[in-house]
Amino acid sequence: MALAVQGTDERVARVRLADRLVSRPELGSVLGALAVFVFFSVLTDQFLSPMGVANWLDDSSTLGIMAVAVALLMIGGEFDLSAGVMTASTALVTAILATQLGWNTWLALLVSLGFALGVGALNGWLVMRTGLPSFIVTLGTFLALQGLNLGITRLVTGTVQVSGMRDAAGYESAGYLFASTVDIGGTAFPISIVWWVLAAAVGSWVLMRTRFGNWIFAVGGAAPSARAVGVPVVRTKVFLFMTTAFAAWLVGSINILRFTTVQANQGIGLEFQFIIAAVIGGCLLTGGFGSAIGAAIGALIFGMARQGIVFAQWDSDWFQLFLGIMLLAAVLVNNAFRRRAERVRK
Amino acid sequence: MTALLETVEVGKSFGSVIALNGVSTVVNAGEVTCVLGDNGAGKSTLIKILAGAHQHDTGEFLIEGRPVRLSSPREALDRGIATVFQDLAVVPLMSVWRNFFLGSEPRRGWGPFSWLDGRTARATTKKALAEMGIDLRNVEQPVGTLSGGERQCVAIARAVHFGAKVLILDEPTAALGVKQAGVVLRYVAQARDRGLGVVLITHNPHHAYPVGDRFLLLKRGRSLGCFDKADISLEELTRQMAGGAELEALEHELRGVQQ
Repeated sequence: MALAVQGTDERVARVRLADRLVSRPELGSVLGALAVFVFFSVLTDQFLSPMGVANWLDDSSTLGIMAVAVALLMIGGEFDLSAGVMTASTALVTAILATQLGWNTWLALLVSLGFALGVGALNGWLVMRTGLPSFIVTLGTFLALQGLNLGITRLVTGTVQVSGMRDAAGYESAGYLFASTVDIGGTAFPISIVWWVLAAAVGSWVLMRTRFGNWIFAVGGAAPSARAVGVPVVRTKVFLFMTTAFAAWLVGSINILRFTTVQANQGIGLEFQFIIAAVIGGCLLTGGFGSAIGAAIGALIFGMARQGIVFAQWDSDWFQLFLGIMLLAAVLVNNAFRRRAERVRK
Repeated sequence: MTALLETVEVGKSFGSVIALNGVSTVVNAGEVTCVLGDNGAGKSTLIKILAGAHQHDTGEFLIEGRPVRLSSPREALDRGIATVFQDLAVVPLMSVWRNFFLGSEPRRGWGPFSWLDGRTARATTKKALAEMGIDLRNVEQPVGTLSGGERQCVAIARAVHFGAKVLILDEPTAALGVKQAGVVLRYVAQARDRGLGVVLITHNPHHAYPVGDRFLLLKRGRSLGCFDKADISLEELTRQMAGGAELEALEHELRGVQQ
């Protein structure tokens, strides 16, 4: 066999390419993305136009950044329900500091980052300390943050939104990093797409090619075994919660600098979209298996379908139906693939 | 020669429950010390003390002649004591090589930018397994696809490869069929022949006797004695384990049921 490298066993040749592919967790999402892409490309004219492409890539990008972080956390065996509302909390912290207290945007961003990492660490510490399911613990932080977002915003501004980011010092330079656009062939592509690709690349590299990635799989697959061979389980999981919070800060910063206004009730319900994108990307709900690239592609399916439905001039109600079917299909496919992947040795 | 491990009258209680009381034994290099006992005899408590998961309350625990009190499994590992627990030896969804190097991954590169040396890890895994006489087709396959015996063997090979001086095996044959159990016992013997001190926990004297050099019998948290192989026969071992006279009475009763 041409692919045979030195040191492999001759019996391995029996693992066919098809079998090797299905053992990849992200295969389902790649096929799904292709199907959605072809479907809307044929159905509508705008979908493939530069404007259309920029549209659905933009929609996918911020979701994708979060999906990658959430996927890592899920592979590590935990959920973070506060991730959606965190994207609003971080934006609010930045906006309030910059517009109400007149801070420099960069300083406000830095404090906001500290806040995000603090909440992430708190999530992780609570989950590890109490041994409760992260589902419940982060549901608590989700509700608490939701209340804080509204309460503090109303207290400070008297309304339920913070605006006027454009006048803050340092807005231009920070905006260049988080909210600028890149002109390709006369169409403006938002910089968030670059962040999304970067998140997927870094996430995947960490997961597959570093020691920490090995630990992520281990703490999600069998935490007691991991602990028994000396993996720092608590540190790994707390770090994963902090990574999710970091991603929420990145997305929050992109949003606030781009729209210059943030609603206090923003972000609610997004946490499930992140989880769904990660599951479509091949993450098992039980942890220990999944892919960062897959989650990024899961977000792409999301964006393509959501914008495709708009281009096709359907009612956006249909998106929810699509989402439900997509999720069920993904879970079934994941299970089947996993079983197949474990059987490949024959 | 100083013993690799030695316990002198160690005891451990959890609140008012005395789990272990006055147990003495030694583990020498190149020998297998078997710990036998029925459920609740204190086997687990003893090995958890040896493995650093628990700390003893009374008595002394010596490593190479020096009294110690291990604070964590990690410390035990650093001192060359590797434990293979019955059901938490491996992560099923991870590949064989990722499991093999879990917690001791080889890395290349610098500081935070260092990466996992997958090529070395795969090759080393294959070589280390082959040296123990374990022939796996593909180290990329998830450990979950291996049989129970093969999993134990991977865990044993891992401990041997990482330079363990003492190997503690918790019921390695408990869930296995006759043939698989035989295979695992062969690797136990291999580890012993490589000069490791092995602690084999089991409740099956037929598994313990062929490979064991010393037999520590536990019952209800107390030691019934620590016997050298020369001093005890398989029949006597079985009789002691089962509670001697109690078993005879039970056999009698069962015969009554059959008729």
